[in-house]
Amino acid sequence: MSKLRGAVLAVVLLGLIAPIVVGLAETARAAFGVLPALGLRAWSLEPWRMLLAQPGFASSVRLTLVTGLGSTLIALALAMGFCASVPGRMRWLAPFLATPHAAMAVGLAFVLAPSGWIARVLAPVMGWASPPDLATVHDGWGLALMLGLVVKELPFLLLVMASGLAQLPVAHHIAAGRAMGYGPGLAWIKLILPQLWPLIRLPVWVVLAYGLSVVDMAIILGPSNPPTLAVAVLRWFNAADVAMILPASAGGLLQAGLVVGCIAALWGAEVVLRGIGRWWLRRGGRGVSWAPGLQVARVGVWGLMGLALAALLSLLVWSLTWRWSYPMIWPERWSGELWMSAMWSKALMNTLILAGMTVMLSLLLAVFWLEAEEDLTRAAWAEALIYLPLLMPQIGFLYGLNVVFLRAGISGGYIAVVWAQALFVFPYVMIALSEPWRALDARLLQVAAALGAGRWRRLFTLRLPMLLGPIMTAGAIGVAVSVAQYLPTLFLGAGRIATLTTEAVTLSSGSDRRVTAVYASLQAALPFAAYALAALIPAWWHRNRRDLRGGGV
Amino acid sequence: MSLELVELSVRRGGVALFAPLSLQVACGAVATVMGPSGVGKSTLLDAIGGHLAHGFSCTGRVLVQGRDMTTLPAEARRIGVMFQDALLFPHLSLGDNLAFGLPAAVRGRAMRRAAVEAALAQAGLQDMYMRDPATLSGGQRARAALMRALLAEPLALLLDEPFSKLDAGLRGEMRRFLFGHLRARGIATLMVTHDPEDAAEAGGAVVVL
Repeated sequence: MSKLRGAVLAVVLLGLIAPIVVGLAETARAAFGVLPALGLRAWSLEPWRMLLAQPGFASSVRLTLVTGLGSTLIALALAMGFCASVPGRMRWLAPFLATPHAAMAVGLAFVLAPSGWIARVLAPVMGWASPPDLATVHDGWGLALMLGLVVKELPFLLLVMASGLAQLPVAHHIAAGRAMGYGPGLAWIKLILPQLWPLIRLPVWVVLAYGLSVVDMAIILGPSNPPTLAVAVLRWFNAADVAMILPASAGGLLQAGLVVGCIAALWGAEVVLRGIGRWWLRRGGRGVSWAPGLQVARVGVWGLMGLALAALLSLLVWSLTWRWSYPMIWPERWSGELWMSAMWSKALMNTLILAGMTVMLSLLLAVFWLEAEEDLTRAAWAEALIYLPLLMPQIGFLYGLNVVFLRAGISGGYIAVVWAQALFVFPYVMIALSEPWRALDARLLQVAAALGAGRWRRLFTLRLPMLLGPIMTAGAIGVAVSVAQYLPTLFLGAGRIATLTTEAVTLSSGSDRRVTAVYASLQAALPFAAYALAALIPAWWHRNRRDLRGGGV
Repeated sequence: MSLELVELSVRRGGVALFAPLSLQVACGAVATVMGPSGVGKSTLLDAIGGHLAHGFSCTGRVLVQGRDMTTLPAEARRIGVMFQDALLFPHLSLGDNLAFGLPAAVRGRAMRRAAVEAALAQAGLQDMYMRDPATLSGGQRARAALMRALLAEPLALLLDEPFSKLDAGLRGEMRRFLFGHLRARGIATLMVTHDPEDAAEAGGAVVVL
């Protein structure tokens, strides 16, 4: 039955990989002067000259590198320090992980802004009668953007590390190290970290690629003039002057190059550190205590998660505010009017339709992919391809993809947006589902086959019901990813499909925080609701089945 | 001859796991395969039942009541399998676990229910149709697994260390229960075990891999 395998592989290659390759090729053509729509058919380096001549170009590149690399390394250091001193599966992080980047960014802006919550709390102490003249959001160094990225990536890294650590004999190795005179922190770095890194390498790359090319969070929190490269490229693509597509395409390609370069640099650093680490290990130094560093990481993580909680709370408070003047800590008048007005219902409906279709499609594909795995040995290269969309900057190929979709006549519709979103939803659904799928006791299915049950009966009456919990969880993660998508909706929807995310990002630059807060609250609430359903439905369904309660089999 | 192996051998990456094995098991007889861990006893059962994982290939033939099963998928061979764990499906009630094995040829809701209830009663599990399998004792689970396997009317049965997880007292009782049913129904059985007492009680041929 390797026919199934072939069919699934073909769908994944054509549906997920081809759009990236084709989109990237289309962008690259424009980056080298070939843009038939504008009558340009000769190869040239003019787009690159235009790109270099853009005001603030060098600053944009510098900002991108500093914020992307900086946020990744800070989040990585904090996560490592935290995991080294606080054991556990860290399930409490799920809500922070579920919150879309844009909603978190809007909430953080509400907290950090000169007229935000922190300034309001400090106002009586500092004697600020009006908001202080400090650029705490949109600052020229990109500090607010870095903070936002760290707040958002930290839960992801912590969860990835915790699940990696769960596969390692951590306690035994630390005990062995301590018995030989190494402090707990040092024992963790010398013994556990080298084992953990291979398990988290790819997720760290994903975080790095994301941090370098993020758009929505950079619009809401990042510097605006000049902005990071990805935001600048988006502006050029959307410029009134269509000729700006040329430098924009070159910028998109450069963005892809920056990501590849940074990942290569991280890999290089890993190789060098491995060599140094071995030399350090062989010297056998028991060294100084690492306890202060771990303390900093613990305080840092708790502080940042506290900030994240305040950000989420501020969304809700602002959405229910009628009047809230500076420097009051709480609103003077509350109102549910914006919620009652239901102005948000169209965007909510679009978001739900897109999430529903994308997640269904991704789940279907993931189930068939995993089912087809029974036929042949697992193809590592095919699995690696699934990660490609997560490592490739969206701005680098979505424009080109839209050109192709325009030619095919499907741009601006639901199909195009669902397709584009699925590129990013499917990998996460696949990652979430594959571990529990493979962990299911294969003998259960052998017994069923021996009882005469054929392949499809085994799938539909045994495997899928037994995996109801993990399937729902994977679906909820898919909903969170779909709801958070900004660029795919913007580009492939040709600006015609407004979702909670596109509205929240657009409104964030406006003046009415209350309206922005309503959209951002809804955007944050959808993944919460999906996670809640993913926990409740299997629990109810399997309420009389002790071995299936608690999600795992 | 009910279950017959002809020059059966399993290879992984071109390397044979054991010498080609020929064996005949009569209806109602229980033959035993013994041997050290890792010699490929479970893989032999996988080859007979059609459950070989990828990377394994098998040569030789498996015949059940004279029919060549070698190229058929597991679900078409009518060769039952039981492991040391009962492996009741955790999402189904006890009764539905048994109904899963009952051939579709038994028609009508009442007929099927009656067949399952009768099997439950034979295993001392009467009035437990709706029970969650997770709430049964080890012995109850083992008997239920046997009943599920028998309801599918297998022509042959494979046992992979079926008693190794039961405590000593239960083991003897379960052996008598299991072998009694297999002899009564004339099912040719091949058992893999480490326990010489299992082999002695089975009373059939003993093959050492």
